[in-house]
Formats: sequence, structure tokens, C-alpha cells
Amino acid sequence: MSKVLVVAEHDGSVLNPSVAKVVACAASIDSAEIEVVVLASNVGAIAQEAAQLEHVSRVLTIERPENDYAIAAVLAPQIVAMCSDYTHVFGPSSTYGKDVMPQVAALLGVNQVSDIMAVIDSHTFKRPVYAGSGLATVETPADSIVIGTVRIASYSSVAEGNSASIESVDVAVELPTHTRFIELKSGASDRPDLQTSAKVVAGGRALGSEDNFELIYKLADKLGAAVGASRAAVDAGYVPNEVQVGQTGKIIAPDLYIAIGISGAIQHLTGIKDAGTIVAINKDEEAPIFEVADIGLVADLFNAVPELTEALD
Amino acid sequence: MEKILVGLKRVVDYNVRVRVKNDGSGIETDGVKMSINPFDEIALEEALRIKERGEASEVIVISVGPSEAQQQLRTGLAMGADRAILVESATPVDPLSVARIFKTIIDRDGIDLVLLGKQAIDNDNSQTAQMLAAIWGRPQATFASQIDMQGDKARVTREVDVGLEVIEIDLPAVISVDLRLNEPRYVKLPDIMKAKKKPLDQVALDEFDIESAPAIKELTFEPPAERERGVMVNDVAGLVAALKDKGLA
Ligand SMILES: Cc1cc2nc3c(=O)[nH]c(=O)nc-3n(C[C@H](O)[C@H](O)[C@H](O)COP(=O)(O)OP(=O)(O)OC[C@H]3O[C@@H](n4cnc5c(N)ncnc54)[C@H](O)[C@@H]3O)c2cc1C
Ligand SMILES: Nc1ncnc2c1ncn2[C@@H]1O[C@H](COP(=O)(O)O)[C@@H](O)[C@H]1O
Repeated sequence: MSKVLVVAEHDGSVLNPSVAKVVACAASIDSAEIEVVVLASNVGAIAQEAAQLEHVSRVLTIERPENDYAIAAVLAPQIVAMCSDYTHVFGPSSTYGKDVMPQVAALLGVNQVSDIMAVIDSHTFKRPVYAGSGLATVETPADSIVIGTVRIASYSSVAEGNSASIESVDVAVELPTHTRFIELKSGASDRPDLQTSAKVVAGGRALGSEDNFELIYKLADKLGAAVGASRAAVDAGYVPNEVQVGQTGKIIAPDLYIAIGISGAIQHLTGIKDAGTIVAINKDEEAPIFEVADIGLVADLFNAVPELTEALD
Repeated sequence: MEKILVGLKRVVDYNVRVRVKNDGSGIETDGVKMSINPFDEIALEEALRIKERGEASEVIVISVGPSEAQQQLRTGLAMGADRAILVESATPVDPLSVARIFKTIIDRDGIDLVLLGKQAIDNDNSQTAQMLAAIWGRPQATFASQIDMQGDKARVTREVDVGLEVIEIDLPAVISVDLRLNEPRYVKLPDIMKAKKKPLDQVALDEFDIESAPAIKELTFEPPAERERGVMVNDVAGLVAALKDKGLA
């Protein structure tokens, strides 16, 4: 039987929505028992949230001042110290999970299955390679622990309403001080979250300036959508890095994705493969984005976008 | 700081539209253009800039791969690296073993900073740097978009999901680099000539006394579900109608 430990991503006070999706992935392993571990300096509210997730049988907490910020070299040895009972340890394929999980794997002497998008059986998984141009079915060694990160866009969150028990655990490991958190610069906005919003409006290089991106924000506000961007738009400084969509940005699966002035490079498309409906507005009818768009409009965005925003009243 | 080690992986060029082989046994790589993993080029560029500022004295590039990876190492030497190491293996090597090989070189040559890409664009694993940091017991800064060397420390800005995180790490350390760190230089013809004279050590993988890590087996490959080309609308009114039709507006 499989026993899966899910490493809970959080920001110090709130559980990240990724956790409910990692649990969903774990729950797709036949008759798996699922436990969640919360490493924080103040575990209370985070553990409470985790305990509500369906399928979770127990929430374990490691409360230490060192866990105030997520530093891989601090978290990994604690996870390793407590995971001997488990057949699997899963984390999200977010920057949080990507930072810490490979350390856990290395300390345990195994390789990691990155970006699990489907579970075939307890040791066989599907994952994307070459920016999603291929899907590989991979098999982990039968006799060793499975360490994996879960591609969040491939799973729907498990329901809430559970009330799993919460237990604190002590792990007596010495933690390094060679890595220190200094600050977090976040373009925190009141807009919907890019990774969980049902609608996303994204702009590309064609916007031409930070000011012109206002067109994207206005349309997004009208739709109640999150804002995304291509790498070119981020590189040019029109928008902050955290809104980049694609291979090196966020992989998202909204019901509606509107790509405006984005050509549709493979690295961008890999971020939106699972979107419900893709709409493209581009003035070049040959743009590759039209090959994947459900609804395409060949037009100059500077005319079409204000008109669309207006029409959606 | 003395020495910087940079990993250069030979991968299918990022401009190539890769295809899964018809029999599902792998990815079509015959006759396909191969290049340095784009993130690794950025890692090397950063190492060279650090050296050019007088903050390091030697830049060593290393690749674990087939004998043809010499081409990528020569390009790295032409960009400005001082010497190269090819750890030759005809078959792909798993990330933990690559990390263990790097660790062996670190112990042998005394490395102060390892710069790697945040991911190799073939397997998209994003784990080698973190694994190396873990087995070395040294700090890591993943997804770096800015690196400031400060003597025996470095201040690194990381691109994380919620924005930009700044951390301080003691050296020696491992940093994995993101796309916005820098723009790699172009190699000039005279540099390519000069690079031919720079040392390139070739070592067979089995000369490394590393514990072999159980690899994850790739059983089969399939192409992703293709999205169908949809409808084209003529104007904004048509777009609004199509959205309403799908209940999206
Ligand atoms: C390793 C690697 C990783 C990468 N990761 C990512 C990633 O995560 N995300 C990502 O997005 N990219 C990524 N890229 C970059 C990617 O290859 C493209 O360069 C990028 O997506 C292009 O952005 P763009 O479509 O905005 O710009 P462009 O390709 O320049 O396209 C602009 C589009 O706007 C259209 N246009 C111009 N003016 C107008 C107008 N007035 N009205 C309407 N349309 C107009 C043009 O016809 C064109 O199609 C990566 C590249 C590499 C090498
Ligand atoms: N075979 C290899 N040879 C050289 N460098 C490598 C190799 N494999 C991984 N790396 C380095 O590790 C980074 C991350 O790779 P990966 O963990 O496979 O995504 C790459 O960008 C390289 O810098």
C-alpha cells in the first residue's frame, strides 16, 4: 500500500491552493494513505486549512523559528528526517516545490519525478518533456521511495470539509545558517490570482509599453480576469516577472485565455495547453497562436481591445 | 574567489520543433540542430562577467554527455571559458549522477561557485542544481535573475511565483540561473580560433567512482493532445458573440 507525504506550500500564514491539487494527485494512487506536513514558524492556521482537505488522514507540523521563510537547505533535512514511513513524498511543481523537493530526493539518494501530470500506478507516471512537445511515461525503481513534484495545472483541487487530526512532530536535525532571507518584492495586486483564476487576459510584446498594458488591465477588470504576459513583455519591463506564462513562467489552465499581441511561441503555448477556450487577437494572420486558438481575430489590438472592453458592458 | 564551474548541457536547439518518434520510443533527434541549453549559456555569461570584474580567476565549463558535446564546450571556450571538462557517456545520465560527478570535480579542483541553468530544456527536470547543493551541503539560490558578489557572500535575486525574492548566501554555493539574468554574448570568429587551443579534458564516465543512482526509466513517449484550430471571427462583434455562445462573456 502507498503512503504519501505531501509537503505543504504556504506563505507563512496561508495554505497555498497548490496543496489541494497535490493531494488530488496523491489520491489518484490506488488506495493511498495521505498525510500532509506543514513546516512553518507558526503552523496553526496553515495546519487547520490542510486538515480540511479531503483524503488527508493526518496533518503533521514542524514548528521552528528557522522555518519562517522557505529555505530549501533548511526544509529538506527536516522532511528527510521524518519521511522513512512513506512510499512517496510529493510537492507542488511551483517555485516552492522545485526549490526544495530535489534536495529531499538527493539526500535520500534518488532521482525526482518532475511535473507529474498523471498517475498510471504507484511507480508509473506521465510527465511532459521538451516544453510539453512530448509526454513521457516514466517508471521509478520499485524498491525506493518516490519523490515527485506535481504539475498543478493537471489537477482539480480536492474538496474541503474534512477534519483530519493535527499532530506536531519533533525532528532533531541541525539546520544550516548559510542561507538568509533578505526580502520579498512582490507586485501584489488586487487582481485575481493568475494560477487559479478562471479567466486570464494576457499581453505580449505588441503592447509596446508599460502604459499601453493599461488596455490589458481594463479588459481583465471587465472580465474579472487575472493578467498574464509573454516573456517578451516581461523582459521589456511592461509587467513584473510573476505574470509570465509559459515554460519558464506559470503553467495555467483557466477556462478562458485571451492572448493579445502574442505570437504563440512553443515556450508560451506550453503554459496554456490545458486552457478551456483560447482566444487570440493578433494583426498577423500567420501568427502560430491561431493554430491553437478556439476563437481568432485578426486585428490591430489598439483598436480591437478598447472596442472589446466597451462591448462587454 | 578563485574558480567558477559552469554546467553546459548539449540539448536540441530551442528553435527546433521537436517530434515524438512514430513508434513512441523517444524524441526525434536525428539531424536536428543541437546547442548549449539556453539557461546554461546565461550561466556561462554570468561567470564570465564575474571574472571580468576581477571577482574570480578561472571559469571552467563541464558537460556530461556524448563525445559530440565537445562542440558545446568549444563554444563555451570561445565565449571565454578558460578550460573545459567532458565527462563522456553515450547514454543519458540521470540528474543525481550528474550532481555527484560535479561534486567529485568540486572536491578535486576546489570550486567556489557553481553556476547551472535552472532547467535543461530537453527533460525539463529542474533538479541538478538543487541536488548538488544538497549533497555538497552548501547554499543554493535557484532561479536567479540578479547576482551580486560580495566577497565570501553573494546576494541573489530569485524569480519566484509571487515576485522577486532576495537571499544572501555564503560561498561556496550553487546558483541556478533564470532567463532574465543577462544576455549572453555572441562568439566572434577569432575567439573560435583561440578556443581551439584551450584545454578540453575528456574523461570517461566510468572513471568516476560515484555511487550509481537508480535512474527513472522512460518507458514510452507520446505526442501531446493537439488543440484543434478553431473559428476565425471577422470583428469584435463576432468575437463577443462567440464568447457569449460559450457562456464566457
Ligand atoms: C528557454 C526559453 C524559455 C522561454 N520561456 C518562455 C515563457 O515561459 N513564456 C513566454 O511567453 N516565452 C518564453 N520564451 C520566449 C519565446 O520563445 C518568445 O520569444 C516569446 O514568447 C515571444 O513573446 P511575444 O509573443 O510577446 O512576442 P513576439 O514573438 O514578438 O510576438 C508579438 C506578436 O504581436 C503581434 N502584433 C504586433 N503588433 C500588433 C498589434 N498592433 N496588434 C495585434 N498584434 C500585434 C505580432 O504579429 C506578433 O505575433 C522562452 C524562450 C526560451 C529560449
Ligand atoms: N549532462 C549535463 N551536463 C552538463 N550540465 C548539466 C547536465 N545535466 C544538467 N546539467 C546542468 O544542470 C542544469 C539543470 O538541469 P536539469 O536538472 O536536468 O533540468 C542544466 O541547466 C545544466 O546547467
